[in-house]
Amino acid sequence: MVKEIERAGFPVVQMANLIPVAKTVGSNRIVPTISIPYPLGDPSTSKEEQWKLRYHRVGVALDALTSDIDDQTVFDVEI
Amino acid sequence: MKKAVVYLNQFFGQIGGEEVADHPPEIREEKVGAAMLYDQLLDGEVTHTVICGDNYMGSNKDKAIDTILDFLEDVEFDIFFAGPAFQAGRYGIACGEIGKAVKEKFNVPVISSMNIENPGVEIFKKDIYIFPGGHSAAKMKNDVTKMVEFGNKILNNEELLPAEEEGYYKRGIRHQYFLKDKTPAAERAVEMLLKKINGEDFESELPIPELDRVDIAPAVEDLSDAKIALVTSGGIVPVDNPDKIQSASATRWGKYDISGMEKLGNREDGAFKTIHAGYDPAAADADPNVVVPVDAMRAYEKEGKIGKLHNYFYSTVGTGTTQGEAARMGREIAQDLKEAEVQAVILTST
Repeated sequence: MVKEIERAGFPVVQMANLIPVAKTVGSNRIVPTISIPYPLGDPSTSKEEQWKLRYHRVGVALDALTSDIDDQTVFDVEI
Repeated sequence: MKKAVVYLNQFFGQIGGEEVADHPPEIREEKVGAAMLYDQLLDGEVTHTVICGDNYMGSNKDKAIDTILDFLEDVEFDIFFAGPAFQAGRYGIACGEIGKAVKEKFNVPVISSMNIENPGVEIFKKDIYIFPGGHSAAKMKNDVTKMVEFGNKILNNEELLPAEEEGYYKRGIRHQYFLKDKTPAAERAVEMLLKKINGEDFESELPIPELDRVDIAPAVEDLSDAKIALVTSGGIVPVDNPDKIQSASATRWGKYDISGMEKLGNREDGAFKTIHAGYDPAAADADPNVVVPVDAMRAYEKEGKIGKLHNYFYSTVGTGTTQGEAARMGREIAQDLKEAEVQAVILTST
């Protein structure tokens, strides 16, 4: 899906837990998430922590959309 | 007697379903679940079963692999089987990751089985032997039989033939070998050339793998003026699932209005839930924003980092979904995004 969306000309960032799959399929902009059932907020942590993590990683994804890249890139996250 | 170790996920290792997919690795000095079938067919004995939850392996890969390699340090074994993983993507990746690591560390043959649609095939077929398998556990006996028959050939030091003849996915490894009919390369090349000139089909002896790569779309110039859309393969839908998107092997997608919403309401509120059958829905049902981060996007919209969050998010289910269907749905969604004058997309996958 990512590839077809990009083929249509949209910059697209994939937020995924299984980075090797995202890479193999051919996503160009990738931001890691923390798990499969809860990509952007671990329910065993507090609501504030979940929000901080989600806000941060979505921010990284938005910055990825504005980054000129020459090659498939996995963007670094801090939390 | 030759000895084998079998790797299974939480489900086939009889620990449980999605709710225990976070199960950390363990080793048992016995044959658990499918390991018994291997044992019956093998010219040898299965001595140990390694079990690990698919999500645990996905999210803690290095730790999981280190732990399992430590387990195996004191185990004597001649061959390692992983799976079969059928069309289960996470399980396929797990089999590939652990298989590759075991092969590198202990230098024993590693055999797995996956359906052609399993992403593990593309990633790991060059590292371990992977046989084409069925879609689901209904093909367990068939898939295990293929794996063990080949394993027996290796254990019995029989002559191994090229991938096409043995039946596993081509690894892209070249071996020098002599054709039975001894036709020299020059003659074969001329024959191919003549066929090519005559417009006939011919089979190259040096196939070049085809990679379907998409050109990188140029970056968004001014995010503060851009309309961004959220797309997910995580199966988040309104609680009544109005488009009847399938829980697995989806062929349908939906778009759902979020205009005016500060965040996605949850299942209890009668708002959104997940219908994805490939992961434990508890967290996503309790807070769908962990899969489709509408709340975080609204915050960035308010701050002015982005111009606007598109009024709809797009959703389908990515488990068991064929690449062909996913590509078609991707094209259809892209068409809709164009009409809505969206500039860029965040796609979240589970």
